[in-house]
Amino acid sequence: MIATPFTPIASLLGGLLIGLSAVLLMWATGRIAGISGIAARLFPPYEDRELSGRLAFVVGLIAAPVLVRLVTGSMPEQTIAAGTPILVAAGLLTGFGAVWGAGCTSGHGVCGLSRLSVRSLVATVTFMATGIATVYVMRHWS
Amino acid sequence: MTILIQFAIGLLFGLGLIVSGMSNPAKVLNFLDLAGVASGTWDASLAFVMAGAVAVTFVGFRYILKLAHPLFTQRFYVPTRSDIDRKIIVGPAIFGIGWGLAGFCPGPALTALGFGSTSAFIFVLAMCAGMIIARVIAQLPSSTRVAAPVHPLES
Repeated sequence: MIATPFTPIASLLGGLLIGLSAVLLMWATGRIAGISGIAARLFPPYEDRELSGRLAFVVGLIAAPVLVRLVTGSMPEQTIAAGTPILVAAGLLTGFGAVWGAGCTSGHGVCGLSRLSVRSLVATVTFMATGIATVYVMRHWS
Repeated sequence: MTILIQFAIGLLFGLGLIVSGMSNPAKVLNFLDLAGVASGTWDASLAFVMAGAVAVTFVGFRYILKLAHPLFTQRFYVPTRSDIDRKIIVGPAIFGIGWGLAGFCPGPALTALGFGSTSAFIFVLAMCAGMIIARVIAQLPSSTRVAAPVHPLES
């Protein structure tokens, strides 16, 4: 594993930006900024006519590191330790689970918790628990 | 116009992910690794991401949801369910396993595409496949689903 520095100020600041984005999306479109919900609805069947808006949001997400690179001259730090088989398994589980549980870290963990949703609290506690357990098994069971 | 605004809001979200360090899977995994508390490698940063984001949405939603309607749509689409069914436990349980395996959840994974990494691309492809599979299964007729939820993908 690669050690990462504790960055409370930057992380808090980034969290504020994420929260601001979620509030602005609610203000503009009346929708929860749940990334899994936005991403999953890029695929048919389409229930409404907001595909282009969702696509624009996702393109914005993808454009963020490009903008950071343009401004600062370098890509922010990113270390992906997982190999292809793990990435495929992780992607399938993450995508399936997020849709099955109607949300992910953003939809349940941020927007849901702040709305004091009991379902989101249950979801957040559950994915934190299985996430912690999975990392424990992967790193310490050998 | 609304397209441009939604692009800007997505961009802001992505910048938040990058500034906070959430776009770095190593940081996420070091947060989830509670055994690191004892060994000194635990990275508590992500708790601050969560705290910052929840604080802003907690206050912000309160004001916004008092408005008659959003700027560009007729109504707010806020989930209203409060029942604890099996899916709200099974789904996040599966999601958490995937999250713990690679350190990616959907937002950071999509943002990671902009880093130009092949790993992120593989993850996102698999994630989209997982989403489509879940949507297909959710659409299948089932005797146990007497009343279908209004929005199966509500958040």
